[in-house]
Amino acid sequence: MISAFARVVLVFLLLPGSAALAANAQEANDAYAAAKALSDKAAANKNQWPATATALAAAKAASEAGRTDEALAKAKEAEALARASIDQTEREKTAWKDAVIR
Amino acid sequence: MSARHAPAAGLALVLGLAVCGIAGARAADAVDPKADMKAFQAYFYEKFPNVKHEDFVNGPYSMDEGMRKQWEEKEEFPPYDFAVEKGKELFETPFKNGKTFADCFENGGIGVRQTYPRFDAKLGEVVTLEYAVNRCLTENGETPYSYVKDDMAAVTAYMAFTSRGKPFAITVPDDPRALAAYEAGKQYFYTRRGQLNFSCASCHVQNPGRRIRAEVLAPALGITAALPIYRSEWGGMGTATRRYMSCNSQVRGTPLAPDDPLYRDVDYFLSFMSNGLPISGPGARP
Repeated sequence: MISAFARVVLVFLLLPGSAALAANAQEANDAYAAAKALSDKAAANKNQWPATATALAAAKAASEAGRTDEALAKAKEAEALARASIDQTEREKTAWKDAVIR
Repeated sequence: MSARHAPAAGLALVLGLAVCGIAGARAADAVDPKADMKAFQAYFYEKFPNVKHEDFVNGPYSMDEGMRKQWEEKEEFPPYDFAVEKGKELFETPFKNGKTFADCFENGGIGVRQTYPRFDAKLGEVVTLEYAVNRCLTENGETPYSYVKDDMAAVTAYMAFTSRGKPFAITVPDDPRALAAYEAGKQYFYTRRGQLNFSCASCHVQNPGRRIRAEVLAPALGITAALPIYRSEWGGMGTATRRYMSCNSQVRGTPLAPDDPLYRDVDYFLSFMSNGLPISGPGARP
């Protein structure tokens, strides 16, 4: 039998942990949504990188398995890759001309 | 010149330079396929003075003596022979309506490869040989082929085989739509893409003849003349579309859809650059 005092202590110990877990899950979901939006933009530019899709899929799988830290890390990786491919597209809108044989 | 007139003269000079600058920039941006071709061919002929001009269509074999010997031995029993035979059969087999491919092409489709891709003014778009084959099928109530291999590679292999030795004769008419398609192909060719940040030109203009891992990079000049090709890496035949998709994957980019107009446009640009060089397809590559 757990004493009333022990119950109170347990509740106080567990509350911050569960709150932190919830925050991580939300953070991972937000990061996934941001990465997905950028990935869609890269695809619309016709300059998608397979590594972005791989990282996005890994983020989704980790999220569904409850591995929020991994989900967050993979979503951030996907976002960085998608952003890099979009930057490449923007840069190349004019930079390609420098490579033309004249 | 009086001091009173000096500021006005200075302003006129600045304005004059600015106008010249704008005109120069416009000239640099003007679409001029013939000037592009002249510069493109001169670049390769100067870079490889010992390669016979017509030999550029043999890709890496024109750049590497060892590979050339292997290829010459391979040509005794070429790996694309089966595709040519199958292509001939498909080409001559009547559709359900009784017509054949010959009804869709000038000269019955024999010896016409060197005139593709071409700009079709009625359609307002570039028609590659692959696109023409699929249009022929759909216009006759047949199911179009996959753009990457199998029957498409076989039929285009046969058509290329009947055109061997004929010089590329691609035209870019003075039509804004044709010029736009040509320019889109040119831009696609020179644009860096993929995680490795490579353009088509990174390998095939800046580094032909050099090795990338085990492969000797082919020069861009004449590169479309050998298509379709049998590639040992693929374990079979592949079309021009397959070649472009494969390049996209190799630089860690996601390929376009096989029927994306940009693949037709880049084929148009590259084939125009190779004008005057003989058709050598179907080819065989490592």
